[in-house]
Amino acid sequence: MTAQPATSRTPDLLYSEAEEDLRAAVRALLADRADAPTVIAGTESDTPYDAQLWKALAADIGAAGLLVPEKFGGQGAGHREAAVVIEELGRSVAPAPYLTSSVVATETLLALGAEEGPVAELLAGLAAGRKVAVLAVPFSASASGTPVVTAALDGTLGPVADAAAADVFLVPTTDGLYAVAADAPGVAVQPLVPLDLTRPLATVTLSGATGTLLADAGAARAAVDRGLLAGAGLLASEQLGLAEWCLTETVRHTRERHQFNRPIGSFQSLKHRMAQLWLEVVSARAAARNAADALATGSPDTPLAVAVAQAYCSRVAVHAAEECVQLHGGIGMTWEHPAHLYLKRAKADATAFGTAGRHRETVAGLMELPAP
Amino acid sequence: MTAPDAAELRRLTRELLAAHPPASTDRTDFLKARFDAGLAWVHYPAGLGGLDAPRSLQPVVDAELAAADAPDNDPRRIGIGLGMAAPTVLGFGTDEQKQRFLRPLWVGEEVWCQLFSEPGAGSDLAALGTRAVRDGEHWVVDGQKVWTSSAHVARWAILIARTDPDVPKHRGISYFICDMTDPGVEVRPLRQITGEAEFNEVFLTGVRIPDSRRLGPVGEGWKVAQTTLMNERVSIGGSRIPREGGMIGPVSRTWRERPELRTHDLHQRLLTLWVEAEVARLAGERLRQQLVAGQPGPEGSGMKLAFARLNQEISGLEVELLGDEGLLYSDWTMRRPDLVDFTGRDAGYRYLRSKGNSIEGGTSEVLLNIVAERVLGLPSEPRNDKDVAWKDLSR
Repeated sequence: MTAQPATSRTPDLLYSEAEEDLRAAVRALLADRADAPTVIAGTESDTPYDAQLWKALAADIGAAGLLVPEKFGGQGAGHREAAVVIEELGRSVAPAPYLTSSVVATETLLALGAEEGPVAELLAGLAAGRKVAVLAVPFSASASGTPVVTAALDGTLGPVADAAAADVFLVPTTDGLYAVAADAPGVAVQPLVPLDLTRPLATVTLSGATGTLLADAGAARAAVDRGLLAGAGLLASEQLGLAEWCLTETVRHTRERHQFNRPIGSFQSLKHRMAQLWLEVVSARAAARNAADALATGSPDTPLAVAVAQAYCSRVAVHAAEECVQLHGGIGMTWEHPAHLYLKRAKADATAFGTAGRHRETVAGLMELPAP
Repeated sequence: MTAPDAAELRRLTRELLAAHPPASTDRTDFLKARFDAGLAWVHYPAGLGGLDAPRSLQPVVDAELAAADAPDNDPRRIGIGLGMAAPTVLGFGTDEQKQRFLRPLWVGEEVWCQLFSEPGAGSDLAALGTRAVRDGEHWVVDGQKVWTSSAHVARWAILIARTDPDVPKHRGISYFICDMTDPGVEVRPLRQITGEAEFNEVFLTGVRIPDSRRLGPVGEGWKVAQTTLMNERVSIGGSRIPREGGMIGPVSRTWRERPELRTHDLHQRLLTLWVEAEVARLAGERLRQQLVAGQPGPEGSGMKLAFARLNQEISGLEVELLGDEGLLYSDWTMRRPDLVDFTGRDAGYRYLRSKGNSIEGGTSEVLLNIVAERVLGLPSEPRNDKDVAWKDLSR
């Protein structure tokens, strides 16, 4: 490894027309079915996921199959398109197992390279939105960390994101990667109380469960790493969408809210904070697009692009959400206003797939900037 | 005539190279021939160095010329002329002015400087007090300007001066082209924090400028100046940088080569800044792609802000990383550099020079206001100078 990995091509950091069309479709759906009051009501109900919303997003729009080749029934699109869907999901903090099932689990299965058999069957189910699969590892696990494995199908794993929505768990064990049906005997899903109300967490306990072995230990590890890398890379787009919503709403509020006989948005001290945030969002977009494009094109630069995007976008999302709460004043501290949902999502996302510090360690390794 | 496409531009460039082989042609002669062929800035009008082609096709010409090892016109050395004077002359100049000024400017035969800022009017540029009083076919100019790069080598200056003190400040300004060799123009070096005198103070005493060197109508100089200032910021933010191409490069190399300097605290700060520098580079690349695709976004106003802060933090870190060496400085002798080399010299110089990055070309505070008001649509602060005659403002 040289100190400066060769970049084989200039990444395409813009959005294509097709991507903008996809964005418009997803945004319209979410505006219709996942506005803030609906999302807040959902977090207080017994059913954390809206099955109709998922069907519309995954099956009707075809978002679930974007990463899946057409031969397995998918759209044969790629990470750039999936990133746009995730941006919109971040903007609405709608609870949907998209990142976990349609990206991480799907990418893990794709990395196994199977042409037929149970992997191909499962991929077809995921692509059609008929099934939800979740990789049974803690939500904080990163590709650069040690993948968590359990010996055979025994033990407790967690906190696993979106476990409550899963039909199938992909379980990395010392023997290899298993697919285990969520309703199989010996599988228990115990909901946890999550910081982020819009992405439910649970522990998954396996006691003498049975499943289908999809890959041996070596292939499993590489596939899980690839799944987690894609998850981390596209999480940056969720953080971008989230930060954009926070900035837009904060600007809107401070233009309308009057104090001292002026809109508070005319005070320079507040304007500068929002302008700074805008600059961070613009930068986050470049970083997130770069990661999505690297994943989509299989660039050798992918590990660095993902680490850079995560190290940067995590902080931007948290900063945007914190500013959103603060600049909304008292209303920002209330349960009715959705700002808290964004703060909780942003803060949880900062741990998901590895913290910013963990990703900076990856940068240090790749760029030969070692610790003392 | 229809605008040439990429293939046509390539053909014209090869024709130019065949007629004036770079290896056996004098540098200035080559540049003049390039200008006359319309390949200097292809988006300019025919006869003025261009061919009315899309701006995005300039790289086609540049690539052909670079491959043939042809001389370029060193845009760093003549940056103010190219980046600020030229678009303003093109936008507001008379035909005579365009014919007279653009060719020697582009070729580099005539250096330009910019007489805008004053001791009492920096960020509040429209508060300027330099007066221009009409005297027949001339204007008589008196006042003082400051922060003038290249004034000591400049042949011409773009100048804004107050021509009517009885109207509010933005409305009483006119825009001129000032001959720097005229009697009454005095240039004094202004030594700065680095020890260098990169800038000048310019004293204007009874300088007589013919009315034919006015740009735009009397009293509308502020509008003309907006064109100049917008182009200044675009030229600061638009170029392409390789990974580790900016200030993060030297400090990263020092980190790799000098393990004895490493500490845990510096490591964390270095990695954070490395990531931020890489992201700023990507944001610049995205901006460039937007411009090429003909979708210019407002991001340009933000890039200067990002680079100013990063340069300051990175160079500050570098001084600390160097330990005892960071206590030393290369040379305090006053010099007069022709061009600024932000990453040249040593860490102490970089640290001190970068302090100017958040001031020159619009302070970071003013740029944040511009982003907030023009990009985000936030309301402006109430102001009490808009409807008051300039002469009645408190100063």
